[in-house]
Amino acid sequence: MSQIPPAIQTWFSTRGWSIHPHQQDMFDRAQDPATLLIAPTGGGKTMAGFLPTLAELEAGDHHGLHTLYVSPLKALAADIKRNLRTPVDEIGLPIRIEDRTGDTSATQKKRQRADPPHILLTTPESLTLLTSYEDAPRMFAGLQRVVVDEIHALAESKRGDQLMLALARLQALCPNLRRVGLSATVEDPDAIARLLARHPDPCDILLADPGPDPDITMLETEDMPPWSGGGAAYAIPAVLEQIRRHNTTLIFHNTRAQAEIFFHNLWLANDEGLPIGIHHGSLDRQQRERVEAAMVRGDLRAIVCTGSLDLGIDWGDVDLVIQIGAPKNVKRLVQRIGRANHRYNAPSKALLVPANRFEVVECVAALEAVKAHDLDGDPRGRGPRDVLCQHILIAAAAGPFDADDLYAQMTTAGPFADLTRAEFNDCLSFCATGGYALRAYDRWQRLQQRPDGQWQLRDPRAAARIRMNIGTIQDSDTLKVRLKRNRGGKPLGEIEEGFAASLTPGDTFLIGGQIVRYEGLREMTVEVTRRADKKPKIATFMGTKFATSTQLSARILDMFAQDSWPQLPRHTAEWLALQREVSHLPQRGRLLVESFPHDGQEHVCVYGFAGRNAMQTLGLLLTKRMEETGLHPLGFVSTDYATLIWGLDALADAAPLFAIDALREGLDSWLAGNAVMKRTFRASATIAGLIERNMAGQRKSGRQATFSSDILYDTLLKYDPNHVLMQITRDEAMRGLVDFGRIEEMIARVDDRIDLVRLDRITPLAAPLLLEVGKVPVKGSAEERLLTEESTRLLAEAGLML
Amino acid sequence: MSNPREEQGMTGFELEFAGQQLVALSSGALWWPDWRLLCVSDLHLGKSERIARRGAPALPPYETRDTLSRLADDLDQTGARIVVCLGDSFDDLEAARALGEGDRRWIASLQAGRDWTWIEGNHDPGPVEIGGQHRHDLRIDTVTFRHIADPVATGEISGHYHPKARVRTHGRSITRTAFLMDRDRLLLPAYGTYTGGLHCDEPVLRDLMRPDAVAILTGTPPRPVPMPRDR
Repeated sequence: MSQIPPAIQTWFSTRGWSIHPHQQDMFDRAQDPATLLIAPTGGGKTMAGFLPTLAELEAGDHHGLHTLYVSPLKALAADIKRNLRTPVDEIGLPIRIEDRTGDTSATQKKRQRADPPHILLTTPESLTLLTSYEDAPRMFAGLQRVVVDEIHALAESKRGDQLMLALARLQALCPNLRRVGLSATVEDPDAIARLLARHPDPCDILLADPGPDPDITMLETEDMPPWSGGGAAYAIPAVLEQIRRHNTTLIFHNTRAQAEIFFHNLWLANDEGLPIGIHHGSLDRQQRERVEAAMVRGDLRAIVCTGSLDLGIDWGDVDLVIQIGAPKNVKRLVQRIGRANHRYNAPSKALLVPANRFEVVECVAALEAVKAHDLDGDPRGRGPRDVLCQHILIAAAAGPFDADDLYAQMTTAGPFADLTRAEFNDCLSFCATGGYALRAYDRWQRLQQRPDGQWQLRDPRAAARIRMNIGTIQDSDTLKVRLKRNRGGKPLGEIEEGFAASLTPGDTFLIGGQIVRYEGLREMTVEVTRRADKKPKIATFMGTKFATSTQLSARILDMFAQDSWPQLPRHTAEWLALQREVSHLPQRGRLLVESFPHDGQEHVCVYGFAGRNAMQTLGLLLTKRMEETGLHPLGFVSTDYATLIWGLDALADAAPLFAIDALREGLDSWLAGNAVMKRTFRASATIAGLIERNMAGQRKSGRQATFSSDILYDTLLKYDPNHVLMQITRDEAMRGLVDFGRIEEMIARVDDRIDLVRLDRITPLAAPLLLEVGKVPVKGSAEERLLTEESTRLLAEAGLML
Repeated sequence: MSNPREEQGMTGFELEFAGQQLVALSSGALWWPDWRLLCVSDLHLGKSERIARRGAPALPPYETRDTLSRLADDLDQTGARIVVCLGDSFDDLEAARALGEGDRRWIASLQAGRDWTWIEGNHDPGPVEIGGQHRHDLRIDTVTFRHIADPVATGEISGHYHPKARVRTHGRSITRTAFLMDRDRLLLPAYGTYTGGLHCDEPVLRDLMRPDAVAILTGTPPRPVPMPRDR
């Protein structure tokens, strides 16, 4: 056992703390090349990560950067800076700690590059940006350790892949760099360890005591949840009562729109005026910071929030977490519960509030899974090549590089360990010339090979453009919302462009807990005025959408097979009984397909229970088949358990739709033309650098100058279908939509046991699907038919003769 | 009101403008049967070359080929004798110079036996070294062709704005490039593959067009609606 320096030990004991076993463990392994610590929130995880750094810096003889701390959230970096400051100051350690995020001032950033602190706290994007500067070797000289916090969150997205490429570059600059990962409880620690470590370095995994099981129940209410809807308005009085009884309550929602509506309703009922705030990613930064500050001061009794508060920020005295809406996956639920009661070895307290009756079923299934410690999750797969393309450009921005060296460096990153040289070459060629089958205008290529074989930017000024486009987070295009004033009023937040396009002047919607009236669009800003209305037109702008895990889906199907449901509240049991009476309940080994008219359109609901991704793929395949058979489908939406398709004509015979050969045949060709592929292409093309998103002023200079990425997709599909970006798009879509295998599996399981039920109205089980977000339009014959009808109607209405 | 018609495998919307019978084609081209005249606007040939030249990422270099092949189809199906390109035919004059040898020969073959006019646009304000005549504007019968609409002109056919229009129906919003027409002027949608559009509810288009203007959405067949003005 290594000796923790006495000054640090003394500090612990004067506070009445002892060093946790896993903190000592981490200290003992301080010299290992990579270590992963898995510990519950509140388990002193951050201190475990920083102890070796504090010890190594105690003597005060280290010059320059020693430890880099990377977290997924800007707020977390700032929070850790505060928390680390205390022991450093109290022990009197000669350590400079600074953070660097998108919010850091330009002067501060410049100074940090010239004179880096001992400990720099940052995000993957800011770190990547740092590695793109020519002076990176000087700035990172002497770097000893990197601590990646909340690595489980980064591992779920391309941000993790990007970070590991940045670390591969740092490791090339600082060969002795040691890596530490800090993670919440996950189902597959080995996968996180492989992500973290330099390939093929070993990475030990330390498991801290997970603490007592959480105290988690479903909130009992007097009013029953509705059949459908996501607002959980029925639970407002019960939630207010819970807020009253606790010090600080976090109220999590799965989408921003739901959070807005709930917050609004909560205030309408908040007769005592309890201080309650709202926090989500669409709000203006100043507003978010105000809420965060009030939270730290302990001024708020409750915060209505989304995933923007999901990570381990240690704020105030949270003693209750309420989850509104189904928890979607068990792992996320457990991590959210970890937000309550940050005292180690005290059980976390959480309440689940289902928003509708299907979610009651999901919540009960989730509670059973938590009790059984049955975590879930899907493996991430290989590192995506769009991120690789971005990193080739970033390498070029930092200076000339040798292709062999860069390839070798990139394959030390876990996600890219099995990258082939041919794949790398395709990406390099894409970055250099566009990589098109038609070799046009080579004189303008972005990267050029020098006589000595090194690659460099043709135009050094391109480096600035590359830096402006760093990142893998896809903001769907959002527009700022401001109060209407002469010179632009107070900013309120952002809404999605698609949502803005659906508004007409006079429409009202919720943002930041207030109802506003849409007045118009001015340049790229949505102008609104305040309204005193009680009920807005519903805000449909999306927050993060989670998938219910298939494990949870399986538990739900098992529950459906019961004759009665003593474990469910009576209303939900009655709802399931009603579904069984008017239609069927989905069963294992059979496929339930319902067909019914609703709201002037025909609907088909397919209960495949194959998980959201496979159900999405199924939606694409089925609507294509329906288009071919003249049913005029208009669109579909998928959840983990069902796909709902709407269109102009009724489905009479389901069996031909599910013929596996017909579904398999032409999977490629019809995937090629659909909206999901185009959406995927847009994301990948942006990450890979084909589409630039951050060109200052570009969007203002006239919209007709820019054209949709769909046109680029269509052009490549027609003239260069095997272009590397098209390959990446297919890979990504298959990853996002999940492979056809799950659908084949479902159809093989079902065989010809397809139950088509024709009904005269929507069924209890199908109703919640109408409110799902993420509807995919089908652009086919139905659209032409609608356009003709609307053209005739509008001309007649206007009395126009042509 | 006339119906969309099928003509030689082509769909179009027949309209009367400046006393002339014209057809808005689904491709976004305008066909004038009496003069056997085909008019297209804003081809923006060479756009990807110009973008790469300015140091931006290299876009798929297929847009010139794609635009020309659609133009060739329209010429083939209409049997046009006169062709008017309404300006911004090239993304800039340098792009016109940089056009590949194959594309030049293709344009020459399309021009063979036809009276071909390049109207100057703001992107291509000078003559290009490619066959055909170069004009600031062109008058035929009761109609004047020019790149940017003159607010006081009548009987004018122009391009420049890349108009598009949005129709909301059944809870969805359908956006298409569009012809805009009132009694004084007819605006053509952009024909080039790499072109975006300007919504007709933008002030510049609302101000230009009379209150009773129509938007003819491209599609098969093209369909007219009262020009949407509200955002």
